[in-house]
Amino acid sequence: MEALAMHISNGIINGPVAAVFAVIALAAMAYCVMRGRQDLDDRLAPMAGLVAAFIFAVQMLNFPIFTAGVSGHLLGGALAAMLVGPWVGALCVAVVLVVQALVFGDGGVAMLGLNITNMAVIGIAVAYLLIAVLLRVLPRTPAGLAVTAFVSALVSVVVAAMGFVLQYQLGGTTDLGGNLAGLAGTMAVSHLFIGIGEGLITATTVVTVAKVRPDLVYALRALKPAAPVTVPTVGGVR
Amino acid sequence: MRKWGFIVGGLLVALLLAGVVSNFASSHPDGLDSSLREGCTFDADDEIIGGSCPAQQEREHEIGGPLADYGIAGLDNDFLSTGLSGVLGVLLTFAVAGGAFWLVRRRDRAPQDATGAERTDPAVTSGG
Repeated sequence: MEALAMHISNGIINGPVAAVFAVIALAAMAYCVMRGRQDLDDRLAPMAGLVAAFIFAVQMLNFPIFTAGVSGHLLGGALAAMLVGPWVGALCVAVVLVVQALVFGDGGVAMLGLNITNMAVIGIAVAYLLIAVLLRVLPRTPAGLAVTAFVSALVSVVVAAMGFVLQYQLGGTTDLGGNLAGLAGTMAVSHLFIGIGEGLITATTVVTVAKVRPDLVYALRALKPAAPVTVPTVGGVR
Repeated sequence: MRKWGFIVGGLLVALLLAGVVSNFASSHPDGLDSSLREGCTFDADDEIIGGSCPAQQEREHEIGGPLADYGIAGLDNDFLSTGLSGVLGVLLTFAVAGGAFWLVRRRDRAPQDATGAERTDPAVTSGG
């Protein structure tokens, strides 16, 4: 029974390409530790631990999507970026992937760099760029927050899936006759639907947290509305 | 303390999701896996019986381990096996992530107030 494998397994991408992405992922995570330290205070640290644990839990909840026989699960990038910021958020997703690979046999250990690059680096980067734009242009209402969460989650999932297609182009172990259109197509379509699920979960979770403890939503703290009026901004340009 | 109330509440939700709700998750292959299985045919035991697809190149996991595939090795009750592995995973992830974040957190600033001017000293004091 191996139906619960959710991430790239050993053998799917060749060793050299996996190694290159391991270096990329390691460098990216080191940078995130540097930047993330500025964000991590006594309040954010336990919250970030909770976000990682929550992502682990929700990743176990595969939901059925459009076609018979295909499921999807949360990747968590947009959720983490919203709640604890891009740098710490990327580290949260990476910790989940490391725990899954080392303890739960999910995702090859040699493939960790590929999985981290797609979900923790690409997924978070795309999500946070969208969050930064949308939160500034949309109204500061629960609806605006929900739309921001939904759209950033949806798009980040599809782009992260395309990250895998790029990796497969570079080091895929099955010769698809130089034609990746088929793989790209199935990945794009399935992850479009997974992205809708991801968007709904992310929007629900973020709006709930914002209702209970708005001070715990990083994006609401860090991204001020478009026209800052009286408050002089102090340092910390992000 | 208010902060910890939220953390404990959130953890309970995560434990409930991973410990109970996880048993109702879809067992179909996910978007990635199903894309890699495109082109192959499978029998009832999920073994490849024909065709050609990227999933054929899949190799054994390096470690496996007693919690591999989100179950507890040797525990026959599927519900307990999945649920317990989920609970362990949530606690382990919280401990690893929370512990690491707590260790590297910023400690060079007084509790924040709205008035401060330049307070962040980029000179990093490591260790301590």
